[in-house]
Amino acid sequence: MALDASLAHRPAVVAAEPAATTETPVVRMVLIAAALAFLAFFLLLPLIVVFAEALRNGFEAYRSALTEPDTVSAIRLTLLVAAIAVPLNLVFGVAAAWAIAKFEFKGKAFLITLIDLPFSVSPVISGLVYVLLFGAGSVLGPWLKSHGIEILFAVPGIVLATIFVTFPFVARELIPLMQDQGTGDEEAALSLGASGWQTFRLVTLPNIRWGLLYGVLLCNARAMGEFGAVSVVSGHVRGLTNTMPLQVEILYNEYNFAASFAVASLLALLALLTLGLKSILEFRYGDHIAAAKKH
Amino acid sequence: MDLSVRRVRKEFNGFPALDEVSLDIRSGELIALLGPSGSGKTTLLRLIAGLESPTSGAIFFGEEDASHKSVQERHVGFVFQHYALFRHMTVAENVGFGLKVRPRALRPAKVEIRRRALELLDLVQLSGLEKRYPHQLSGGQRQRVALARALAIEPRVLLLDEPFGALDAQVRRELRRWLREIHEATGHTTVFVTHDQEEALELADRVVVMSQGRIEQIGTADEIYDEPNSPFVHGFIGDSSALPIRVENGQLWIQDRMLGLSLPGAADGEAVLYFRPHDVDLVDGCGGCIAGTVAASRRVAGTRRVELEIGGERARLEIEVPLDHRASEKSRIAFKPRRWKVFYRDGGIAAPKSPNPKGHESRILALTGT
Repeated sequence: MALDASLAHRPAVVAAEPAATTETPVVRMVLIAAALAFLAFFLLLPLIVVFAEALRNGFEAYRSALTEPDTVSAIRLTLLVAAIAVPLNLVFGVAAAWAIAKFEFKGKAFLITLIDLPFSVSPVISGLVYVLLFGAGSVLGPWLKSHGIEILFAVPGIVLATIFVTFPFVARELIPLMQDQGTGDEEAALSLGASGWQTFRLVTLPNIRWGLLYGVLLCNARAMGEFGAVSVVSGHVRGLTNTMPLQVEILYNEYNFAASFAVASLLALLALLTLGLKSILEFRYGDHIAAAKKH
Repeated sequence: MDLSVRRVRKEFNGFPALDEVSLDIRSGELIALLGPSGSGKTTLLRLIAGLESPTSGAIFFGEEDASHKSVQERHVGFVFQHYALFRHMTVAENVGFGLKVRPRALRPAKVEIRRRALELLDLVQLSGLEKRYPHQLSGGQRQRVALARALAIEPRVLLLDEPFGALDAQVRRELRRWLREIHEATGHTTVFVTHDQEEALELADRVVVMSQGRIEQIGTADEIYDEPNSPFVHGFIGDSSALPIRVENGQLWIQDRMLGLSLPGAADGEAVLYFRPHDVDLVDGCGGCIAGTVAASRRVAGTRRVELEIGGERARLEIEVPLDHRASEKSRIAFKPRRWKVFYRDGGIAAPKSPNPKGHESRILALTGT
């Protein structure tokens, strides 16, 4: 009888249930408007400005700015640097996350801290470290010079600085994911006779693929967009050691605004593309990602 | 495949999870490792599988010392507590995994792997679900897939870690019966871990009761239940009531009252009397029996349990009385246990210790009441 009574009361309770928040509609509208205005001012407006400035002198000028030899060489260098740094950090990130998440060893906490180091150090300092390490006045400098190896103010230096700065992206994305998934699946694979490599390839990798893709996307965006560290080690040799962000700065300092914004718009496009890909992944494989994270 | 665990010790960060454990398992046996959490039962199972390596001691598979063999080399079927199914593979791919990862020379053809997977799915009564993914299955179905996957590699030993731990009671009972059938059909030597005594006693040929990294007792369900060899086993298996007593001149005493239970020839000393709450006779008047005041009573299914306060020491114990018994509070009830055991107190732990087994027998006495 008591059950019946409570059931009979239920609809009334639901109807009388107050909204989760008690703010008046006016307050709500004001808060939402403030948030939207903030978003528009700090994110949307700059993005629009970049493209507007780039196309100010018409599409023809935009095209010629992008096909100017120094700019083309900057784009090439940026792609080359990313093509070297991202795969290396991919391999490193997976290896580090695998070790940290699946094994117990001494010094694990220290290793995690070390991986985070590039995040906590200013990129300019990161660049400076390489100058101090490989520069003419350093210990290694004279030796490198006598062997004709150029690192500083050349492509190798830019690659090294970029690797350093983008070091944590893949590992950081994977470590919590892999720790969450535990070692059960791997143990199951091993008990079924799989070798270590088979276990990694057939079980671990599929479990982390979406997280890995995220990490690589973010790592790539940063590798192409890095300014500070690269600026210190590059030497700004036109047509040789300028990456896209550096080229943007040089053109801007020469009051060549349209060309500067044209290059900047490419970087902005890259950012948009990264975000777009990320959203598509989340939308299309949201279930998989959620399942992989939950399990 | 005979299994032999010989004086195995396992430490985690200096803390012993297993302490000099020895256990012999005969080929084709179904063995339960039963104990509370932290008793080392899962550690023992993982050591047998090769997922952990012993700090000292050896594990033999038949005549072969497998202690330093890797988990792949041991060729065991391991079913994990949370199944550990590969979520990006279909049910059939999961079951066929162990065959697919074999070295090329030993690997069956793709068609053959699929045929075997379907055959095993049929054995575990999951025909028709081979195209599903693990997240599309119920807990009980996942458990069956995990078992089929372990059986696919034709293991020498089947090891199951809390196989029914995450399932609801109904499914549990069903799967229990079904596991017994599978065991009888395949004849694998099987070891499973459980904290559920009902499961262990019902399913296993022999039960290994563990506590604090040691094996307390090994025996059939009857032996474990009727002849527990330690206070721990008596308390852990089934319901039991305990009463602190004294042994003097072959008689059991509580304070200055004789209980009417005698242990002729037993040594004098402080001890604890154990019996099953349902295994008692109520008596009228008390000349040589246990009597107490009813402190509480509650209805448990088809019987009534009353909590009695015995003597001035306020020792409390539980007995079962018929439903119609007028066990009102503060009334006195007198009873005699039909079957009982006495364990001597030994520095707080009521475990009698004796160097020779014969003496051991004479100190732990179980008598049928008269």
